[in-house]
Amino acid sequence: MDGASSGTGLSLERVTKEFGAFVAVDDLSLHVPAGSFFALLGPSGCGKTTTLRMVAGLERPTRGRVRLGDEDVTDRRPHRRPVNTVFQSYALFPHLSVLENVAFGLRRRRVAEPLTRAHEALALVEMDHLADRRPALLSGGQQQRVALARALVNNPAVLLLDEPLGALDLKLRRQMQVELKRIQTEVGLTFVHVTHDQEEAMTMADTVAVMNAGRIEQMGSPADLYELPRTAFVANFLGQSNLLRGTVVEGPSVGPGSVLAVDVGTGRRVLVPTERAVRTEGEVLVGVRPEKLHLVTRDEEVPWDVNVVGPGRVTDVAFSGVSTQYQVAVPGLGTLGVFVQNISGGGEVRVGDEVHLACAVRHAFGLDGAEDVASGVAEDGAA
Amino acid sequence: MSGTTAAAVTAGVTARPDPPAARAARWRIGEAVVPIIATLAFAYLLVPIVYTVAFSFNDSVRTNLVWRGFTLEAWRNPCGAPQVCRALVNSLQVGLIATAVATVLGTLIAIALVRYRFRGRALANLLVFLPMSTPEVVLGAALLAQFLSLRVNPGFGTVVLAHVMFCISFVVVTVKARVATLDPRLEEAAADLYASPVQAFWRVTFPLLLPGIAAAALLAFSLSFDDFIITNFNSGSFTTFPKFVYVSATRGIPPQANVIGSAMFVLALLLVVAVQLVTVSRRRRR
Amino acid sequence: MSIVTAIGHGPGNARAATSPARAARGPAYLLLAPGIAYLGVFFVIPVVALLVTSLYVPVPGGDVGQFQPAFEWQNYVTVLSTYWPHLVRSFGYALVATLAALLIGYPVAYAIAVRARGRPFVQAMLLVLVIAPFFTSFILRTIAWKQILADESFVVAALRAVQLLPPDGRLTATAFAVVAGLTYNFLPFMTLPIYASLERLDPRLVEAGGDLYASGPTTFWRVTLPLSMPGVVSGTLLTFIPASGDFVNSVLLGNNGTTMIGQVIDSRFFKVSDYPGAAALSVVLMVAILLLVTSYIRRAGTEDLL
Repeated sequence: MDGASSGTGLSLERVTKEFGAFVAVDDLSLHVPAGSFFALLGPSGCGKTTTLRMVAGLERPTRGRVRLGDEDVTDRRPHRRPVNTVFQSYALFPHLSVLENVAFGLRRRRVAEPLTRAHEALALVEMDHLADRRPALLSGGQQQRVALARALVNNPAVLLLDEPLGALDLKLRRQMQVELKRIQTEVGLTFVHVTHDQEEAMTMADTVAVMNAGRIEQMGSPADLYELPRTAFVANFLGQSNLLRGTVVEGPSVGPGSVLAVDVGTGRRVLVPTERAVRTEGEVLVGVRPEKLHLVTRDEEVPWDVNVVGPGRVTDVAFSGVSTQYQVAVPGLGTLGVFVQNISGGGEVRVGDEVHLACAVRHAFGLDGAEDVASGVAEDGAA
Repeated sequence: MSGTTAAAVTAGVTARPDPPAARAARWRIGEAVVPIIATLAFAYLLVPIVYTVAFSFNDSVRTNLVWRGFTLEAWRNPCGAPQVCRALVNSLQVGLIATAVATVLGTLIAIALVRYRFRGRALANLLVFLPMSTPEVVLGAALLAQFLSLRVNPGFGTVVLAHVMFCISFVVVTVKARVATLDPRLEEAAADLYASPVQAFWRVTFPLLLPGIAAAALLAFSLSFDDFIITNFNSGSFTTFPKFVYVSATRGIPPQANVIGSAMFVLALLLVVAVQLVTVSRRRRR
Repeated sequence: MSIVTAIGHGPGNARAATSPARAARGPAYLLLAPGIAYLGVFFVIPVVALLVTSLYVPVPGGDVGQFQPAFEWQNYVTVLSTYWPHLVRSFGYALVATLAALLIGYPVAYAIAVRARGRPFVQAMLLVLVIAPFFTSFILRTIAWKQILADESFVVAALRAVQLLPPDGRLTATAFAVVAGLTYNFLPFMTLPIYASLERLDPRLVEAGGDLYASGPTTFWRVTLPLSMPGVVSGTLLTFIPASGDFVNSVLLGNNGTTMIGQVIDSRFFKVSDYPGAAALSVVLMVAILLLVTSYIRRAGTEDLL
């Protein structure tokens, strides 16, 4: 290996891919900085794999350009691109040994001492002891490592990972997430990772782009995306959200700490920070994450910077060890989810209890009221 | 499953007309039927071969119809009968050339049909299918009519041309099945790892298709080697082994023909046993 | 293209549909070109030439075997009115032989694919016993049958002794012998496709049948047999088509009353040099088979397998 050489940046400029009448990728632009770990996250069929394949050269964009560093590679065949892929089902060559699989790309480029380098790459993924095996005799996790070594050994400008952990069981997946991140830091290459698993994307990536229906809904660091989703799809696909439909009745207020007052039905008013709202007038969706909500049982004095809704009735309590998940039905608002961390050691709230729900105003966010509240809810990523 | 559905299902099972014991007995008879029929069928398949082998040792005079005593004469001198070895060599030559050409052409068609979507694909499929669904006598007559109208004299060349034609379809069908089991992502992986399309074919596609191609070649060879009807139409005075046997049937088949038939059978058996032993031992070594 | 997959019932289409279809068509045509051109020159053109020849008329005052182009549809009327019994007989024999081969071949395929599952060496040996007859010339084997069943053979003597055969009864030169010969010769073509589809059958499906309270025979009729239908369809086609055009069995094992259509075409061609007549009969045979095969595939419902 050439050691910690940094990768190359990747840019897609207004890329569109059509299959007949179906638009798989719709006028998509993005930039992946050199040496970063970038995740394309979305439900199946959102166009993320097609995007990856266009970078690899396995599909040709209908319109738009693909650039690696300063170079336009749109018209280059896959075998002439300095890009390597870890395929979804690994696509290891069944007739070649593990070692020859890893040496395949080196041999094609006539790199000196291909076997030595292949051994080094296998050592990096802790698979060198199985170098003489055929892929069919390896477990899923082992095949995954070989596929990774086979791509990494070529020291590509960009390494593409297409759902690389999809076939592994949960425990192995967690372990490989940590390991992939370690390897990426170690070799310093640019990684582009396609997944439908929001947890996987958030654990590993520096930047996550959430894709839906061929477009990027929102792009940013995992924390930014989670704390401040800008569309209902992102709010629901990345974690869970409680979204309440309402109308802006007041604001935005002037000065620092500007807020909007939103009527979420039957005169209940909640406040949303103006800078956290996509719209500042008319129909909006007010969102709040379940863990930001608190159950209030007694009649308490509420400070001005806390939104309270209720009363509602607890309809379900699910204890999961670290936390407890409550479902609270609030007349006129629907059912809201609440996560309560298991700090006090035992639930005092039971099914049928009457509660209020409170959350800090700074945790509320506002979305466009024209959006579907359920957008992205039942998609495969909301694990 | 709710209690009522479970009850209904159980009721359905117990309410079967015949008691379980009777059913089990009937099924045991059913179990026995398969091996019995299979054994009889193998006997049916093998009786004429045993007969052929036995009469290769017959001490025959002129005709090889009646058992007259054991001799190794025909085996010692397999080319002893006039023309028999000539016919065998002709058949082998035709078979090898026809197999080689048909295997290449058929494999290319199979790859195209499975891997690509293109206009005229259905038509190409139909064209591959039609020779298989046409009786040999029609194929033979059609080709001969063509050769006659072009004033081509039937012989070695026309036989090879005819054999390639009817072998192609069988090669296509056999190789197609193999191509279909091949993950197209393997070729993409090869391209992704800097293999040009030509390199990807020879390094990845071809080795993986090889078992299917070999099976297709074996099938093509056996079809060609055993063909009589099409050959008979298009061979003129050129004689293949089956034609030799058919023609000499009226006069009496020399025991040397039985020797050749027996030897081919034994060779085929040995080949398969050898291939099996190799695969088994390779599997153990891993 | 239902007919095509019925014979070549590779799993091709189902898989290929999910695999990314290649965008470029150029390579496809390049790959196809040589083989398709070959089939065009040595199959399509001859068949068209056969059609044309079937309409020729004898050269007035010419020698035997001299014909000139014409549109004489009468050729068809003549051969059909003369030889329709041979055509019917051929299809009858082929049908009986196909059914017999199915009844024999299915258990054989089942024994190899299902009963011997997990014992690759046994499977390979049994398979080779099915295939190996190919290598002992089928003419040689048919002649062996002729001699085994000959009037003076011990088989006939034994059958007469136990009175299964009347004293003057015989086995060769009978319709029975012809059908038995056809069954025998095309048995491997029936067995192998059925074997292939049974071999591919997931044993867990059969277990699931048993788990869902189906008895052994019920599981077979409801699960195993339907799933092996593609093999049965291609096996029956690969047996019926060549059997209906065959004449070797009827020449070697039959008599004047068992003459099949292939024999007529052969002798029209070679013995009396009636090329238009032979061509017309060939066309009739080909069209009849295509019609039968198409309606069979429709009925067997294998179109769904596409």
